[in-house]
Amino acid sequence: MKLYDMTIKQASDALQNKQISAVELTKGLLNRIEDKEQSVSTLNTVCADFALKEAEASDKRRAANTQKSMFDGIPAIIKDNICTKGIKTSCSSKILENFVPPYNAHVVERFANQGIITLGKANLDEFAMGSSTENSAFGATSNPWDLSRVPGGSSGGSAAAVSASFAPLALGSDTGGSIRQPASYCGVVGLKPTYGAVSRYGLVAFASSLDQIGPITRSVEDAAFALNAICGHDKRDTTSMDVEYPDYTQGISDGVKGMKIGLPKEYFADGLDTEVKDALSAAVKALESQGAIVEETTLPTFEYALTAYYIISSAEATSNLSRYDGVKYGYRASDFDGITDLYTQTRNQGFGDEVKRRMMLGNYVLSSGYYDAYYMKALKVRTLIKQDFDALFEKYDCIISPSAPAPAFKAGEKSDPMQMYLTDIYTVPVNIAGLTAISVPCAMSNLGLPIGIQLIAKPMGEPTMLKAAYALEQASPPMGQPTFKGGA
Amino acid sequence: MNFETVIGLEVHIELATKTKIFCGCKNEFGGEPNTHCCPVCIGMPGVLPVLNEKVVEFAAKAGLALDCKIANFSKMDRKGYYYPDLPKAYQISQFDLPICIGGHVDYKDGDIEKRVNITRIHMEEDAGKLLHEAGTGTAVDYNRCGVPLIEIVTEPDLRSADEAKAFLETLKSIIQYTGVSDCKMQEGSLRCDVNVSVREVGSTVLGTRTEMKNLNSFSAVHGAIEAESARQIALITDGGKVTQETRRFDDIKGKSYAMRGKEEAHDYRYFPDPDLVPITITDEQIALYRDSLPELPTAKKQRFIDELGLPEYDADLLTGERAIADFFEASIAAYNEPKKTSNFIMTDLLRLLKENGVEPDDNPVQPIQLAQTLKLIDDGKINVTVGKTVFEDVFKTGDDPSSIVEAKGLTQINDTVELSGMIKQIIADNPKPVADFKGGNKKALTFFVGQVMKATKGKANPKVVNEIVQEELKNA
Repeated sequence: MKLYDMTIKQASDALQNKQISAVELTKGLLNRIEDKEQSVSTLNTVCADFALKEAEASDKRRAANTQKSMFDGIPAIIKDNICTKGIKTSCSSKILENFVPPYNAHVVERFANQGIITLGKANLDEFAMGSSTENSAFGATSNPWDLSRVPGGSSGGSAAAVSASFAPLALGSDTGGSIRQPASYCGVVGLKPTYGAVSRYGLVAFASSLDQIGPITRSVEDAAFALNAICGHDKRDTTSMDVEYPDYTQGISDGVKGMKIGLPKEYFADGLDTEVKDALSAAVKALESQGAIVEETTLPTFEYALTAYYIISSAEATSNLSRYDGVKYGYRASDFDGITDLYTQTRNQGFGDEVKRRMMLGNYVLSSGYYDAYYMKALKVRTLIKQDFDALFEKYDCIISPSAPAPAFKAGEKSDPMQMYLTDIYTVPVNIAGLTAISVPCAMSNLGLPIGIQLIAKPMGEPTMLKAAYALEQASPPMGQPTFKGGA
Repeated sequence: MNFETVIGLEVHIELATKTKIFCGCKNEFGGEPNTHCCPVCIGMPGVLPVLNEKVVEFAAKAGLALDCKIANFSKMDRKGYYYPDLPKAYQISQFDLPICIGGHVDYKDGDIEKRVNITRIHMEEDAGKLLHEAGTGTAVDYNRCGVPLIEIVTEPDLRSADEAKAFLETLKSIIQYTGVSDCKMQEGSLRCDVNVSVREVGSTVLGTRTEMKNLNSFSAVHGAIEAESARQIALITDGGKVTQETRRFDDIKGKSYAMRGKEEAHDYRYFPDPDLVPITITDEQIALYRDSLPELPTAKKQRFIDELGLPEYDADLLTGERAIADFFEASIAAYNEPKKTSNFIMTDLLRLLKENGVEPDDNPVQPIQLAQTLKLIDDGKINVTVGKTVFEDVFKTGDDPSSIVEAKGLTQINDTVELSGMIKQIIADNPKPVADFKGGNKKALTFFVGQVMKATKGKANPKVVNEIVQEELKNA
């Protein structure tokens, strides 16, 4: 087996059995990046020297039997909106092009404490706003399965990097589907944890009430390992839950016998690709054949979710991004006349179109005279959606749905922002309700593009969800390796 | 037409918590620019605020002291505007659900009891400071970012500059008593926005108001109200109309200038801060806060009158500032002579503080030192006049009264033999006043006592001297 094809579990076993060293593993991945990165452009920064030094230290610890955890020496890729001390964190925006944080995000601290090595920083849609990773100030990322197509977004760099075997683990962030949709497009596993299960400290905020960091991996079991590595209470984030966190790998292969799974009929809306629909049907059958009870049900507020999402997320975004004003750090326009012009020029030059679009939308819905009609109403819709899900989870252990309406689309294909927003239609309700969800690669389209199926569970319902996801993964055909075909 | 002025105030008070409102940085005045800050209070990407529980406690205590209702549920909101001293470009504040609602302050305008109703009190973070440096442009100091503030908003219940000043003095006193702020205006820990409008006497409709922000002395508040009210009255009398606007008051020139009008007013785009979970305070917690409040000025004043037998005048003066009241109480705890202690504080301590420009909080005298001074007088070790100079020395040097008396040889001369000899000599040297005395001029007695005090550098026991002089003059 090639070093770069190992899952977290395989690499961890090999490291612990001293079949491989962390330096060998890191070098193997760096070589793979060297070989393939040019064709996919997944990384804003490759931390080769840093990672090799960390790998050497890890090997020393293991030789002295003082390894920090079973993950000591595993390299990981971090989405470039998660702060890494001393390593540039740009959010793929010109406005933070040269920003080097003097602190680590909570998850990066957790990684360091467990010996997990930061290998690189992954490309994203600027400030995580987008569904294709085309909105990066530093160039678009390509889908390893078809280079002419997008990897999804906004964690497209993270998903494509795991798919391209640059690392067994990447961290993404998911505000409305930004982990699950690219995972689906890239044929990897993407998990959005329950809101509050992973500290947001050090995640550059897009929409604070929706943002959540989560793992992208090549297996469901790895996703469970990754949750063990990142979930937990953090006093620096008041929305972080102070509860007992389980061992997420526990009972993962126990099967789905007797598990009740709901299938909301609203998910079969217009625009659902037939191949995706078939994949969903196959997934339902696979679960049923293993003893799960799948029933059609209803999520009446589904049709309002996307609208509510764009109002709430844009309102929060406009506020969160107002700090980038050219005064303290980051980009500052070189020519300006007075302080107001400094703000105007800096922000006009520093932000891309999609970010500006959302900030304008956000300002509009928060403006006096419009607040009640838009923002307030969206909050009410949010409550209704939560209530809908609460009712569903009275009856069902999990909800099943497509991860995205169709497989990966062509780069440049969705120039209409509304068309782009619709690719998140199945993922957004989960964030609005603060739930957990996972995208599992389940099928391959006729064009050789991966299709993911989403499983959703109630807050802190990850263990149940992982069982279903594991069962689904085992019943699905292996994805194999991406082909790196096509391209411009 | 007769006009009346209608005034509402927004008072910003910095809370004296050890750390800032959302991070662990020290909450201290001063310091080299940008030395009391961290990624959280300067709004770096990805950092998150955590509400300091002490700020909630202090705000609730301030509210309880002003008879407010403490909200069981309140939340923090973001108030958005761009200014270089506001690093996140939004201020975390409270919008529609503040921590304290309602309340009132009773104060005295001269001899008349009056009441100002409090609309609300909310918590928020302070901003930094811009430093305008000639030649090099403008720099920003973020030390003050995240210093906890409460904003006390009054109803438009005040009718004159004098009322506003009297109310503010009472408010400051109450807040100081609670211990939640030192209210040092010169350090900016109490600042005031003033809303002024005028209307015809008898009218119940409010006139168009103007606002003057960030006044940091009571005299500036007073001056701003007087000037603005006069400006508005003159404007209306001339047939003009008041425009709703923010004006800047120049304390030195005593004039205000238009800054920005209603059209240019900020739309702050308030919305709930998603980084901070709502604040819940249980009734039990509120009861605990209430129990932990110290005795407030009105209650203390009444107790000084009822239990210590002090005149109302004394009790009023002593309880005006908490530091003075605390000093008084500690002093009588060491030497239980309330009236004598009160007299000394009113005539000597307050004068020394004023003459030397020292705030009562920074009073260099220890309460025990006043007690010791009084005891030296009562024990006949020094006389009252010497006592006053000794106390002044204590104030200036910090030395204990007894060491000052010893070092300067100020011990009272009570020795009748020594004094008799001295007095006999003075009588012998001054035949004319002796004759005057004999001729019935009693004032001559004062002359001889004065001569003895002069000869002893004031150290002689005046009572003893008086007796001996009378005795010796009879014999002369």
